[in-house]
Amino acid sequence: MSQETLRIQKISGHAGTVPGEDAQREFTVCKLIDATTCIGCKACEVACMEWNDLPFGETVFDNTYQTMPETRWNFWNLILFNEHEREDGTLMWLMRKHQCMHCAEPGCLAACPSDGAIVQYTNGIVDFQQEHCIGCGYCITGCPFDIPKMNPKTNRVFKCTLCADRVGEGLEPACIKACPTGCLHFGSKEDMKVLAEGRAKQLRDHSNFPNAGVYDPPGVGGTGVMYVLHDATQPELYGGLPKDPSIPWTVKLWKGPLKWLGNLAMVGGLIGLFVHYLRFGPKSREEEFEGKHEGERP
Amino acid sequence: MSTREQLLPYGRILRYQLHERLTHWAAALSFIYLMLTGLAFYSPWLFWLAIAFGGGQISRTLHPWAGLIFAGAVLYMYVMWARQMRTTAADKAWWSSIGHYIRNEDDQMPPAGRYNAGQKLLFWGFVVCGLLLLLSGLILWFPEYIPWNLRFLRYLAVLVHASSALLAIGFFMIHVYMSVFAERGAFGSVIRGDVSIAFAKRYHPGWYKEIVGQSSTPRK
Repeated sequence: MSQETLRIQKISGHAGTVPGEDAQREFTVCKLIDATTCIGCKACEVACMEWNDLPFGETVFDNTYQTMPETRWNFWNLILFNEHEREDGTLMWLMRKHQCMHCAEPGCLAACPSDGAIVQYTNGIVDFQQEHCIGCGYCITGCPFDIPKMNPKTNRVFKCTLCADRVGEGLEPACIKACPTGCLHFGSKEDMKVLAEGRAKQLRDHSNFPNAGVYDPPGVGGTGVMYVLHDATQPELYGGLPKDPSIPWTVKLWKGPLKWLGNLAMVGGLIGLFVHYLRFGPKSREEEFEGKHEGERP
Repeated sequence: MSTREQLLPYGRILRYQLHERLTHWAAALSFIYLMLTGLAFYSPWLFWLAIAFGGGQISRTLHPWAGLIFAGAVLYMYVMWARQMRTTAADKAWWSSIGHYIRNEDDQMPPAGRYNAGQKLLFWGFVVCGLLLLLSGLILWFPEYIPWNLRFLRYLAVLVHASSALLAIGFFMIHVYMSVFAERGAFGSVIRGDVSIAFAKRYHPGWYKEIVGQSSTPRK
């Protein structure tokens, strides 16, 4: 991984092709979160704020161990705590590190109207470029994971960058470096898939978690952040992780067929009116109404 | 408003009072700004429009405020004109001879009142589109305040806002074409407020009769 991994392969709101597209062979990076070995220590939360120089905000106590109920524009990495009672009456304490999933097909990027405000690098990282952000909030609507958050003061949207600045220098993201249990892994997507499947198999075969599996939802083209879950059939238990996330169909319709139909209708309408004028002309000439009747009194 | 005071010297008839003209231009200018900045957010190929209006951030900040001006103007138009825009039996006859209207055979059209059936359709089109754009626009203005469990409102709003805007742009194109290019004299009526008697007789004979019917002593 070199700085060349920060070449861009997808640009939001961009007319035409992406400069540099397909110019480089590069592997996709991935963060693997093994939720089964997370102890909820929140070292990743602190590391994220430290590395990204995020200002400290007030925490919110809501009768859980969570730092706050949801992520904020200046708090990108949040451990969600959930107590789950199984059918046999035993308790599971589920912890999930919640942050941007870096989708292969990002809903935020599809919804964004501003040229270059959201980019996807050739290594798969989805990054917001705040200097191009216009603050419309369409990315908030496009995201199936509730990740982009608006800074109300500057009207710009922020989220986890997967530490693109560190990854570009060949380092792992700050959260990975801080994790004390080794539940966080970082590497190529292919390697992480093998690691994740191996761990899931171990959980199924040896730890009495028959539904253990990997979360890499195909609805968004797979994600740059994968989870190993004790029960991959019920991801909702982990603080509302969507079972089958996808870009909302209204967003797809709006950015897809509606756009082309609308463009066609507008251009067709202009041509139609122009042709009508050439064929039939005005309904009357100004002179018919002016001058001829001047001085006439009803 | 159909009284003899509408009969002006030099064979002209007052068609729009000052407050009607002011409302029209508040709606027209805000709509043009909304359309151009809205198209910038609609397609990457038109994003240069936002640059032309001072940049994406400024366009995004001012677009909703212009929307409030437009909504206010349309509301005032509704209060002024809704009664006159009701569909009458004559409107059905007008629609069945729409072919003559398109071919500029206006002498074969059933007589129209102050507004013909087409104008009434445009009016109601702008009212309905304006309402849909306002409601969906308010959601798009503050997406971060829509709770996660009500997110379907955001999903709906993006679609409703774009489709009703496209519909309104269609109405707008017809409206501008008719008033600026097709019906000479209509544009002047919304600037100075008056039209010639010939214009009134030709396009709005019903309205003309209403005025002269009440006019026993023509003004000199």
